[in-house]
Amino acid sequence: MITTEGPRARTRRQVQQSHGKYGRVQVAVNELDERLGLARGGRIFLDKLFPDHWSFMLGEIALYSFVVLLATGVFLTLYFVPSQTIVTYHGVYKPLDGIKMSEAYASTVNISFAVRAGLLIRQMHHWAADVFIGSIVVHMARIFFTGAFRKPRELNWVIGLTMLILGILNGFLGYSLPDDLISGTGIRIAYSILESIPFVGSYLAFWLFGGEYPGNIIIERFYIIHVLIIPLVLLGMVGAHLGLLVRQKHTQFRGKGRTEHNVVGSPMFPTFMAKTTGFLLMVTGALALLGGLAQINPIWQFGPYEASKISYAVQPDLYMGFLDGALRIMPSWQWTGWGHTIPWEVLFPAIIFPGLLFNLCFAWPALERWFTGDNAMHNLLDRPRDRPKRTAAGAAVFALVFTLFCASATDVIANYFGVSLNATLWFFRAAVILVPIVTYYLTWRVCVEMLHGGRHMGKRKRAMVVSRTPEGEYVAAPSDMRPGDEHSELRPAPVPEQIDMEPLEPVGATTTVSSPGIRRVRR
Amino acid sequence: MSDSGSTFETPGTQVALEVASGGPSEGDGHRTAVPIPTARLDDPHLQEAARFPRRTEAIIALFLLVGIGGVAAFGAAYVQNAPSWVLALSMGVGLFAMGVGLTAWGKYLMPQGPFVEDRHPLANSRRDQEAMAAALVERTGVVVKRRKLLGGLLGGGMGIFGIVTLFPLLRSLGPLPGKTLFTTGWKSGTYLVDSTGTRIHKDQMSVGGILTVYPQGKENTDRGQAVDQTVLIRAQLTDLVTMKSRANWAPTGYVAYSKVCTHLGCPVGLYEQLLELLVCPCHQSMFNVRDGAVPVFGPAPRPLPQLPLYIDSTGFLRAQRGYNQPVGPGFWERTTEGNGTA
Ligand code: FES
Repeated sequence: MITTEGPRARTRRQVQQSHGKYGRVQVAVNELDERLGLARGGRIFLDKLFPDHWSFMLGEIALYSFVVLLATGVFLTLYFVPSQTIVTYHGVYKPLDGIKMSEAYASTVNISFAVRAGLLIRQMHHWAADVFIGSIVVHMARIFFTGAFRKPRELNWVIGLTMLILGILNGFLGYSLPDDLISGTGIRIAYSILESIPFVGSYLAFWLFGGEYPGNIIIERFYIIHVLIIPLVLLGMVGAHLGLLVRQKHTQFRGKGRTEHNVVGSPMFPTFMAKTTGFLLMVTGALALLGGLAQINPIWQFGPYEASKISYAVQPDLYMGFLDGALRIMPSWQWTGWGHTIPWEVLFPAIIFPGLLFNLCFAWPALERWFTGDNAMHNLLDRPRDRPKRTAAGAAVFALVFTLFCASATDVIANYFGVSLNATLWFFRAAVILVPIVTYYLTWRVCVEMLHGGRHMGKRKRAMVVSRTPEGEYVAAPSDMRPGDEHSELRPAPVPEQIDMEPLEPVGATTTVSSPGIRRVRR
Repeated sequence: MSDSGSTFETPGTQVALEVASGGPSEGDGHRTAVPIPTARLDDPHLQEAARFPRRTEAIIALFLLVGIGGVAAFGAAYVQNAPSWVLALSMGVGLFAMGVGLTAWGKYLMPQGPFVEDRHPLANSRRDQEAMAAALVERTGVVVKRRKLLGGLLGGGMGIFGIVTLFPLLRSLGPLPGKTLFTTGWKSGTYLVDSTGTRIHKDQMSVGGILTVYPQGKENTDRGQAVDQTVLIRAQLTDLVTMKSRANWAPTGYVAYSKVCTHLGCPVGLYEQLLELLVCPCHQSMFNVRDGAVPVFGPAPRPLPQLPLYIDSTGFLRAQRGYNQPVGPGFWERTTEGNGTA
């Protein structure tokens, strides 16, 4: 390798000759492999196959909005001041000039108006949080309805669900940080919910808030939980989630050549990597568009928080809507006796109900295993209709949560439709019980119908030829298959070890391969 | 691979098109099991999905160009300190277009297979599983069971440490509630003041008027605003009796209720003048002003506590005494007394 010329002067061919066919890349791989032993594992990783289906990208949306959350979040920490110290605002935003507010609120207004690209990043962060939570929910629906949570993937289901809960929690904390009038009311409600827990409630509330509400420390505490503790846990869980995905390999739908014991798809490198990196860019781009064009949480319009003030339309962030709805339609049942109070009107909708709901979700894989007695490995996905009861149960839960979400707008609905608030309330009290039941039954019926009635669904229709036999009988038979009627898939092959890149024929010639599914190769 | 130079063909030489399966070939050292044959470039599995690759390439190139334009425009817009919709549009469209281009490249112009690989069962053999369990159980037995005393001491020590750490951890977070939740800033004789600290004179408000009041001196404190806040309503010109036991609590129609909702503590900030209802905007609890703020609608379980008032000789409104019950939402230690009737 010792030559008189410097490396720059050597031609590509010379480099290749001295290092082997793959040139410098080969040298780099060798050096790394000698230190880390990664050649074999790395190769297997590059070969790793990802089954393809549109629904598999839902989790990617969640992952990439998390990436955006981290990036925009870091930007925001540079300018946000987590402090409840009262200052008088004299900034760019004139309508608030001279108004007393906490430093947290002042710095958020500052981010929105005085920091370059601050408003864009702030709104992107907020949108990304909503998209993060929303896409986790949709992704989990996909997992649930296709049975992807079954053995061996129960642990990933649990991790995913935990991430959803942490995401909701962190969304609430982040929403609270600007200390504006609406989010401050949210904090007040959170304090009261903590207080409602029997035996320990007032202690928990006092410990979290460093004393009686509002105290002067809650923004700081929320801040450190929001920017450090929960993101760190989430980051670890994202790693575990993806690690398990790689280790257990992705599930796949049934199809040609696909079994419980193989994976059919396109390879990590370069196909999947290109698609998923492109998707990262698309998610980021979409969030940037939302962040700059769709206003969200304009805190400068709400004004700073003052404990005795309230704005008219108090609405929590989207993902909290179902809890707010539950609080609204709960009857005012408190229990008192023996010198104590149990505020069921808060305890049930805000603590017990979500507790039951999430625990049911946590336990579902175990419950299903127990009910069906099915302890086998499942790598092939169900279609939702294949499991009418499971699909119906999932749909019922979604219906319940959606009804509660709508119930969080009782006042808006009553105003809009001109019905009394009382009628709206009772409508939702009935709906919250009836809608899930009806949804369960309808979904179950539809699944059963599809399962038994629609065996040919998804296949291309063929003309029916009706012919008359000499005896006068009419017979209907499907017409012969025309070319292209049935799309023929190739038999899956292993990822090749090496690809022969040399031209097979002189440039300009075309190779025509006649077997179905193979296209011309132009050179 | 130190002698790599000699094991690789030099470029330009035709490599064997197909390597006999099983035969050792360069590069198959990675996979010891079954060597996979070299694929030819015209292997159908390596073909791109695009029907018209040239056209597809052109379209993708267009997307990538838009992407480059977008992110470059974003840079320019940032330098110019453009409004955020310009930043969003340039960055968003740029990244999105670039993403579409790259995804389409992957989808239409890269080999899709279908390729297949085996799923190797995750489980090890029964023997391995047994060995693991045996190691756990038997070694624990050897160490702990044989030395029950030590095991107990160690467990006890760790347990005590765990509990002991909880004390500084939790107790340093905040004070104990004690009687805090039962008290407010209202004392006997406290003047009612508005948010600027001005006392309220008996002639100041007309019927139907409403005002948020605080105990004098507390109007600018956190606690005064969060806990002591009280709504003062002039319901009529003559004394108002909201309940039998509250005969002289509302002189000349001035009636005062805690402004902290008994549901979840929102300020009960809306007053429906015609119906004489106080409305909480959070979950629409409604309290009847004339009947001692008994909830007539919504999830609030208790009336708003009423503050007994009197008018002193100079005509200013003052509190006879503090609230007779904790204000705000319910909690475990809250006693039943004062639940609406007292
Ligand atoms: S806080 Fe007043 S109704 Fe819920």
